[in-house]
Amino acid sequence: MQPVTSFSGKVVPLPITDVDTDQIIPARFLKTIEKLGLGENLFNDWRYLPDGGPNPEFVLNQPRAAGGTILLAGDNFGCGSSREHAPWALLGFGFRAVISTSFADIFRNNCLKNGLLPVAVDVATLAELFEAASSDEGLELTVDLASQTLTLPSGRGVSFPIDDFSKQCLLEGGDQLSYIQQRMPAITAYESQSAEALNTLA
Amino acid sequence: MSRAPIQDAPEPAAPAPAWARLELVRKPRTLYEKVWDSHVVTHEPGAPAVLYIDLHLVHEVTSPQAFQGLRDRGIKVRRPDRTQATMDHSIPTQNQALPIVDPIAAKQVQQLRINCREFDIPLADLGDESQGIVHVIGPELGLTRPGITVVCGDSHTSTHGAFGALAFGIGTTEVEHVLATQCLLQRRSKTCEVRFAGRVADGVVAKDLILALIAEIGIGGGTGQVLEYTGEAIRSLSMEGRMTVCNMSIEGGARAGMVAPDDTTYEFLADKPTVPKGAEWDAAVARWRSLPSDEGAVYDRTVEIDAAGLEPMITWGTNPGMGVRVSQPVPEPNGNPSVRKALDYMRLEPGKPLIGQPVDVVFIGSCTNSRITDLRQAASLLQGRKVDPRVRMMVVPGSERVRAQAEAEGLAEIFRAAGADWRQAGCSMCIAMNGDQLDSGQYCVSTSNRNFEGRQGKGGRTFLASPLTAAAAAVEGSVADPRRYL
Ligand code: SF4
Repeated sequence: MQPVTSFSGKVVPLPITDVDTDQIIPARFLKTIEKLGLGENLFNDWRYLPDGGPNPEFVLNQPRAAGGTILLAGDNFGCGSSREHAPWALLGFGFRAVISTSFADIFRNNCLKNGLLPVAVDVATLAELFEAASSDEGLELTVDLASQTLTLPSGRGVSFPIDDFSKQCLLEGGDQLSYIQQRMPAITAYESQSAEALNTLA
Repeated sequence: MSRAPIQDAPEPAAPAPAWARLELVRKPRTLYEKVWDSHVVTHEPGAPAVLYIDLHLVHEVTSPQAFQGLRDRGIKVRRPDRTQATMDHSIPTQNQALPIVDPIAAKQVQQLRINCREFDIPLADLGDESQGIVHVIGPELGLTRPGITVVCGDSHTSTHGAFGALAFGIGTTEVEHVLATQCLLQRRSKTCEVRFAGRVADGVVAKDLILALIAEIGIGGGTGQVLEYTGEAIRSLSMEGRMTVCNMSIEGGARAGMVAPDDTTYEFLADKPTVPKGAEWDAAVARWRSLPSDEGAVYDRTVEIDAAGLEPMITWGTNPGMGVRVSQPVPEPNGNPSVRKALDYMRLEPGKPLIGQPVDVVFIGSCTNSRITDLRQAASLLQGRKVDPRVRMMVVPGSERVRAQAEAEGLAEIFRAAGADWRQAGCSMCIAMNGDQLDSGQYCVSTSNRNFEGRQGKGGRTFLASPLTAAAAAVEGSVADPRRYL
């Protein structure tokens, strides 16, 4: 994973609430055994018409989406299926952060493990951002992970929550697996006392 | 006795022997807290807890990248004996003995075989008596048990909470973590008691309880929480019914759902293949009896649902929270853009009754409602009746074992005689990855768990309901109230 630090980027607004992971990447694209290549099918069924051509109404097909790195979305983004293909598809398209008022638990976890930053803001801030995005197609925002600050067009900084552990991992591009692996003696000790003798090979 | 809020409870730094600790700690604890406490390997300041995972279930869709990760790092699966794989999502539900036609699906399925062989993981392959939907086979094998932790790269892992296990879905990176270490980094969740008071009326079943809850709290209402279902209506459910309820916890946004184990749980498990026998079984049951939430345990939140006042439920929109009693009309948008958008997609008119809305397909299946009791419910209504000729009805058992039992009990014959298509086990039209799918514009009454746009096929329109309500719709060719047939 690449370290995540501070970046400025163009905003792509998607003013829809409860966007589920079936919309982010429909199930028929989950037959892949790879992580790469999913960006093309990000929001596939909203993005392409039945004949396969781009739907001009959908924001990803509009000029403003070119080079966009920050997705601005309605409440409860990423609900539904646990598919990690959702953050892989968002990253594959080029997004580096998603702003919403809230994220579904598993989606949020999946984002943090892949270096896609979930930026949760309050309802008023989200409304202000959608307002700004509708009057300025080239709207850019700055996200700074170290200070956990999103800088609005007005210059106002809003802080966003992230637990220290995930933050440290993101800043260093670090790997959570090695943290667990370093605790192997404790795991082995736990196993030897664990009461539930369960055996799938029996 | 301390009544401090749960989130302030001190985390033990080092594990005492898992079950012994239950007797040492005096503060009353919830079921969730007991299972959590007994699985914390270590919890260091400034980091999430390292949580031990007793059982890891694996399927073909969310695992290939995790196995590749292990290969890239040159590591093995730490506990193949705590891992069980099956194939369910991408597989056909007929002619399973023939090669899979879709080359991409065939490759994915083959990759699971290769991965299981390479890493010594038991696989319930096509044709195996244990094959089926991952959340159906875990309990059937007796692997899902009270007080354990269960994970799978699949959000409906919450199903296994019906046994008093802590069970939740994870992403593929976390699948790799569990394969490599049998542990996960986790934070303690908040707890929410969902009490279903009273007994349900005839014609109201487990699916109606959970659809009513999600309609009440919304699809984000359980975010960050583990739900514990309590109350008379839950106690009187079969294990299959409890699995239906816990299954859709994720549809309310919850991390997991749990039901305290009781005699119903032990009876279900007693004859399952992998459970301990003899004195070991007795000892296990004795331990499990200490799991239910203590008297005086405090939940962060309580939601109460009047189960006795419920009616059969159905969804009208494009998320599982958009549900009403089947006798109610399609709601008015009242300026709510998501209701407007959902009604546009569903092509439904506000104010019109749902009953009588024509349907093209009826699907009975999925990890929510494909177990033997679900099939018995549907068959009881279909017995001696015919599926309306305008309707295509598919009945897809959750596992090979369910298929065999339904055939032995004569249920399959009832479905066939009624004109339904009786299939082999798999996820099928719940997720439409395998070619079992709706055509654009078709309406389907489905016993699955998600009515998202395109979930059952691009452009398809889903009404979620119980097996009874689905069977009634098959008979009438339109949305119907099953209580007419009781
Ligand atoms: S039946 Fe549906 S919800 Fe259940 S595991 Fe399969 S695809 Fe997922």
